[in-house]
Amino acid sequence: MSSPEQPTKRITSSQFRVRLRARHLTGTLFVALAMIGTTIGVVLLAVLLFEVARDGVRFLSLDFLNSFPSRKPELAGFKSALWGSIWLITFTALWAFPLGVGAAIYLEEYASKNRVTSLIQINVSNLASVPSIVFGLLGLQLFVRGTVGIGPDFGGFGRSVLAGSLTLALLILPVVIVAAQEAIKAVPSSTREASYGLGATRWQTIQHHVLPQALPGIMTGTILAIARAIGETAPLIVLGAFTFVAFTPSGVLDSFTAMPIQIYSWTSRPQADFQDLAASGILVLLFVLLTMNTIAVFLRHRFGHLTKN
Amino acid sequence: MTQLQQTYPDPLSVNEVPIQQHFNKGEVTESSTPREPNLRPRMKSDRPSKETDEIKDPAVRIQDLSVWYGSKQAVGNVSLDIARNQITALIGPSGCGKSTLLRCINRMNELISGVRIEGQIEIDGEPLYIDGVDPVEVRRVIGMVFQRPNPFAKSIYDNVAFGARINGYQGDMDELVRQSLEQAALWDEVKDDLKGSGLALSGGQQQRLCIARAIAVQPEVILMDEPCSALDPIATQRIEDLMQELATSYTIVIVTHNMQQAARVSNRTAFMLAQEDLVGRLVEYGQTEQLFTSPSNKRTEDYITGRFG
Amino acid sequence: MSTTAVVNPGRPQRFGHRRSQQFTERVIAAVLFGCAAVTVLTTVGIVVILFSEGLSFFREIHPVDFLTGTRWTPASGNFGVLPLILGTLMIAVGASFISIPVGTLSAIFLAEYASPKVRSIIKPILEVLAGIPTIVYGFFALTFITPLLRDSWLPDVGIFNALSAMIVVGIMTVPMVSSISDDSLRAVPESLREAAYGVGATKFEVITRVTFPSALSGIVASYILAISRAVGETMAVTVAAGATPHLTLNPLESVQTMTAYIVQVTQGEAPHGTIEFRTIFAIAMTLFAMTMIMNLLSARIVSKFRERYE
Repeated sequence: MSSPEQPTKRITSSQFRVRLRARHLTGTLFVALAMIGTTIGVVLLAVLLFEVARDGVRFLSLDFLNSFPSRKPELAGFKSALWGSIWLITFTALWAFPLGVGAAIYLEEYASKNRVTSLIQINVSNLASVPSIVFGLLGLQLFVRGTVGIGPDFGGFGRSVLAGSLTLALLILPVVIVAAQEAIKAVPSSTREASYGLGATRWQTIQHHVLPQALPGIMTGTILAIARAIGETAPLIVLGAFTFVAFTPSGVLDSFTAMPIQIYSWTSRPQADFQDLAASGILVLLFVLLTMNTIAVFLRHRFGHLTKN
Repeated sequence: MTQLQQTYPDPLSVNEVPIQQHFNKGEVTESSTPREPNLRPRMKSDRPSKETDEIKDPAVRIQDLSVWYGSKQAVGNVSLDIARNQITALIGPSGCGKSTLLRCINRMNELISGVRIEGQIEIDGEPLYIDGVDPVEVRRVIGMVFQRPNPFAKSIYDNVAFGARINGYQGDMDELVRQSLEQAALWDEVKDDLKGSGLALSGGQQQRLCIARAIAVQPEVILMDEPCSALDPIATQRIEDLMQELATSYTIVIVTHNMQQAARVSNRTAFMLAQEDLVGRLVEYGQTEQLFTSPSNKRTEDYITGRFG
Repeated sequence: MSTTAVVNPGRPQRFGHRRSQQFTERVIAAVLFGCAAVTVLTTVGIVVILFSEGLSFFREIHPVDFLTGTRWTPASGNFGVLPLILGTLMIAVGASFISIPVGTLSAIFLAEYASPKVRSIIKPILEVLAGIPTIVYGFFALTFITPLLRDSWLPDVGIFNALSAMIVVGIMTVPMVSSISDDSLRAVPESLREAAYGVGATKFEVITRVTFPSALSGIVASYILAISRAVGETMAVTVAAGATPHLTLNPLESVQTMTAYIVQVTQGEAPHGTIEFRTIFAIAMTLFAMTMIMNLLSARIVSKFRERYE
């Protein structure tokens, strides 16, 4: 065999070396570019946090947390928004957790592999990417006004904590289900076999063996999902949550405001003072989110070994 | 492809490599006479016996090579000369460091993080492990075929042309692809479908495609890491025939866990073993026939007669 | 076995005494199925509500007029949705000019270059970007990005403008691109990288010619998802881009997106049952259809990608 042009084979081929130097230079430039790209994200996050903190410290105080909103910036506070959010997410969790875990148990432990199951599964992942504002419209018609457009109206719950929390529960349900499914999947099948071998029924096996092992994972996923719900603004605005509320809810049928709604309301004001108030509100909101994420990460690390294979 | 410059007097011509029928059945026949009479008195000792025959002008010279993964030593003080235009087999039980040793020859091993390599490897007298030698250059001169066929998700043509393209091949690419596929004994099967995906071929064809891909960059040495372990016996047979043909133009080093394969295809065999300290060392190296018929080391004999491994 | 079992009346049956337990099991299974069915009912509910209200809107306004009209002034009877769609797409596409390059480069850095330690620091930081509520991005756009643009090289940019909305939506969708692309790159079998190294490729060549093309379908899916997310994004665009439905491609002007319009109407006191209120369902229908198509498309691409390597 012969080839028309035979490049030198030796390692020391100088022509090859010159080209190789250029190839390596391209590589180095690319690494630099990739690092710059990565840094952009990190820097932007830092700038955002820094800006919010700089604007927000001015009004941040205990009074801020203990006062109702006011037309005078120096008197305005976050109390109704904070408590509104607490009421809202407590009930959101109350609806979403059992529903989500129940659905996950069904999909992982009961459902046979058939069309209905795969339809439910596809539906769950699709729902997770439906814009949240669409959930707002669902909640507006279904929970606030009690009508679905067909059939008789059934009244509805008005612009209440109940309507808001039900809406947010449906919004985060897909996330809770997927997280719970992952946690249940991670429980080794030997655990189930051991339980069945002792004569336990399916539910007994789930109740006594699968769920306790999967619980930390389920909790982590649920907390992260609820953290997402706390920051949701659009669906609540569509529901008609009030932006100026000078009381805290005392029941599920009371109307409410929430942290992101209050922040939105302050941000929309042209006066700089109100925008600083918004920044203070953001700091409180981010602190709550940070706390919840820390708890979730802690749970994952503390109990992670229980579900690892 | 050019015929390589020198041809070496080869006592074991590629067409008539003796296959010792009995070596793996525990009946090592002392009577079988090696083709090249061994002038030394045959002794069973624990010392490596690589000095049984001198290799003049070796293609690859491994000198006192040691490899660590983190703090764990995997290969210890291996010295080995690899003869030009011959097939050298590295055998030994799993974990003996034979693949690690092989991957050091083209500096692939340093892609693994935490690896440390001491000692030296020379190709044609040029050291690979010194400052200023670029692993990319080394890998162009020393090609590699892997355990599992790993064609790119590209056309057959692009698979073969890949290496030549990145290395700035100036000649006729169509011709190079044709020659490489011919040399890899694949041309007749794929010449009408060069645009077809490399992944659509059978396992054995994929592996020959990978060999063609390695040949296309015109290396001097081809390393094969258990190239037939994922193939059926018929595909294995074809690859082995192919290796014999390639050995007229290339120096081939093959790692195999299959002793029959080593006996069938190789001119020389190196037996490696990791003992209690789990560090892989060279136990015995010599003409394949001799190593299999009259090993000079007790452990080699135990291994090839199937007493362990 | 004979058909008539002889039951000793004095002894309890060995099998079958768990009938009440079986009933409990069945009830539990039914309840759990009910939980799973809620998700399907949610989708059905969304579709029914959007369609019932949306269709009654389309009885009054012809869909063709709706989809091709270039003026959106519901108060004076112009129901051409194009300005809203254009505003939405302009912001989504503009955002992708940030999220796609930054996200892709981050993914390549994380998957191919970063040490495990660096990776374990950078990846969570990028994911924080996705966890920050969108209203915070709206605030950031309005109080930082827009003033920055005006003070530096774009003095005529309006208080509300599409550009700052693009920038913040781009930032918030970076993790979507980086995290899914990172997963796709890491799913490329190591053997392919080795094959490329084995013929003398540099790391850059391995990445650009082998790893990246092999992961391309997953990476493209991440781009589609990020754009879909940007289309459905509400608060940041409402706060930053304003509420002026302009048929424009000038990012320095204020535009209104579909989502921002829905917010505007629901916040105002447009009475239920009026045509103006029904518009939001027609728009939500359009929005739902757009995002659903993109999501299904990206899911398809991802599942095809999985087939190839599993």
